Amino acid sequence: MIRISNISWRFLSVWRRNLIVYRKIWKVNFMVPLLEPAFYILAFGLGFQGLVTNLRYGGQALTYTQFMAPALIGISIMYNSFFETTYASFVRMYYQKTFDGMMTTPLSLEEIILAEIVWSATKAAAAATVMLFVLGLFGFVAFPSGLLVVPLAFLGGLAFGSVGMFFTGITPSIDMFNLPIFLFITPMFLFSGTFFPVSGLPAWAQSAALVFPLYHLVELTRLFCLGRVETPPLLSVFYLVLFTLCFLFLALTTMRRRLVK
Amino acid sequence: MDPIIQAECLCKKYDGFTAVDSISFEVQPGECFGLLGPNGAGKTSAIRMIYGFAPISGGRLRVFGLDIETEWRQIRSRIGVCQQDNTLDPDLSVLQNLLIFAGYFRIPARKARQRAEELLHFFALEKKIEAKVGELSGGLARRLTLARALINDPELIILDEPTTGLDPQSRHLLWERLQHLRAQGKTFMLTTHYMEEAAQLCDRLMIMDHGKILIQGTPAGLIQEHIGTSIIEVGGAGPELRQFLIDRSIGFDQMGERLIIYSNGDHTIEQAVRTTFRPEQCTFRSATMEDVFLRLTGRELRE
Repeated sequence: MIRISNISWRFLSVWRRNLIVYRKIWKVNFMVPLLEPAFYILAFGLGFQGLVTNLRYGGQALTYTQFMAPALIGISIMYNSFFETTYASFVRMYYQKTFDGMMTTPLSLEEIILAEIVWSATKAAAAATVMLFVLGLFGFVAFPSGLLVVPLAFLGGLAFGSVGMFFTGITPSIDMFNLPIFLFITPMFLFSGTFFPVSGLPAWAQSAALVFPLYHLVELTRLFCLGRVETPPLLSVFYLVLFTLCFLFLALTTMRRRLVK
Repeated sequence: MDPIIQAECLCKKYDGFTAVDSISFEVQPGECFGLLGPNGAGKTSAIRMIYGFAPISGGRLRVFGLDIETEWRQIRSRIGVCQQDNTLDPDLSVLQNLLIFAGYFRIPARKARQRAEELLHFFALEKKIEAKVGELSGGLARRLTLARALINDPELIILDEPTTGLDPQSRHLLWERLQHLRAQGKTFMLTTHYMEEAAQLCDRLMIMDHGKILIQGTPAGLIQEHIGTSIIEVGGAGPELRQFLIDRSIGFDQMGERLIIYSNGDHTIEQAVRTTFRPEQCTFRSATMEDVFLRLTGRELRE
């Protein structure tokens, strides 16, 4: 069983290790969130603008790019944190044996795993910050409320980082990550009100979307960027917190079972 | 003085398989204690319990008089561990490996820097300070691992096969450095497959097999007790020699075509072998730790 008493602020030293490695190639790390939204906005803005007219979201008429831009940040938060605690953490755990080395020091397994998840959230928040300013330059973000996306990205990062770490705890090999990506991440990417409003879907599909953490994350990014939502924001925050706590617990439990033998 | 490590009926079980089967031993301050055994004997399982990596399944284990189950954090802050696998951080440079590891022990940055420089000097790694870990040769990587294990100035140093896979030069350098640390009064616990290494470095050692302790004692004492002083290795011997040995109840082992005779300094046997049986090949030599090991754990292959 996991022990709460095993968690102390010492976890920050592991978080710091990841920050130092990240800073070594920060230019590459910043390139993606810098250019990706620009590509999407250009492609969809130029290509889709004429096709999609009279789009309404939360009772307001929006252009397609206005509607989509906040979702891009939500998607990026999901990908950044989920990939960090799946592929990147798996490489550190399995191939580099970094966690084995750490467990000869006064660090607990719980602290190492927590640090990985908090780090993935930090990385997501950094990417979201960069995107926020790029999209802000295009005029898609209302300031100062848009700045709230940064702490939101951290929360969203914790949620997806935790679920990613849970998959790392149970996956037999690195290739098997294709499964949660295909069955969990990709459907979420498509059906979370990211590219079309969920309110236009049949009722059953609308209820189904409520289960997706990305749906709630995107709702909240729209709230902070556009001032509009279709779901009560407190419900979305509550869902994300609950989701994070559940998967944080599962991540710690499965990783303990995997590594402590 | 209280022992550094105190194990009583220590057990480790994995889903029905018993890796360590109720072993008891003590390691005294300043001592170098060796743990020998064939692959799968339970050495690494035993060692992992000592540094709190694997939870104990039964018995009692105290390190520095502290309970490993509840006071593991305190214990780990006072030990240095050199694991069998290379667990150096390939994302970081040589110096960063030491500095970041120091951070896990909460050593203040200035002190960590000073300590890292001392250790890089001690292990002759100064020229590699900015190198990437992936670029290091096996010997250099092992030296860095050892340097990293010493970053917290540990009282107890645990080494799991520290010289496996190293060339003779690296091995001798490592031995020399370990002797230097021993002179500073550090306590060591090490596993190894090199009997020469065990006999040279260890004050006391134990041989494990199938999770149990077969024997423990000083290297010289164990050789004397289990083998005697000398050995005759004979190649291509006929059945007459075997009969001769059986008649006089002299211990020997058959290993393929060769006979290992535990002559224990008995000149009449040496004389008999030399003059009466005249085998094709014949070596007279002193008994070693390796003879003890093979005699107790058997000469057949394990895996």
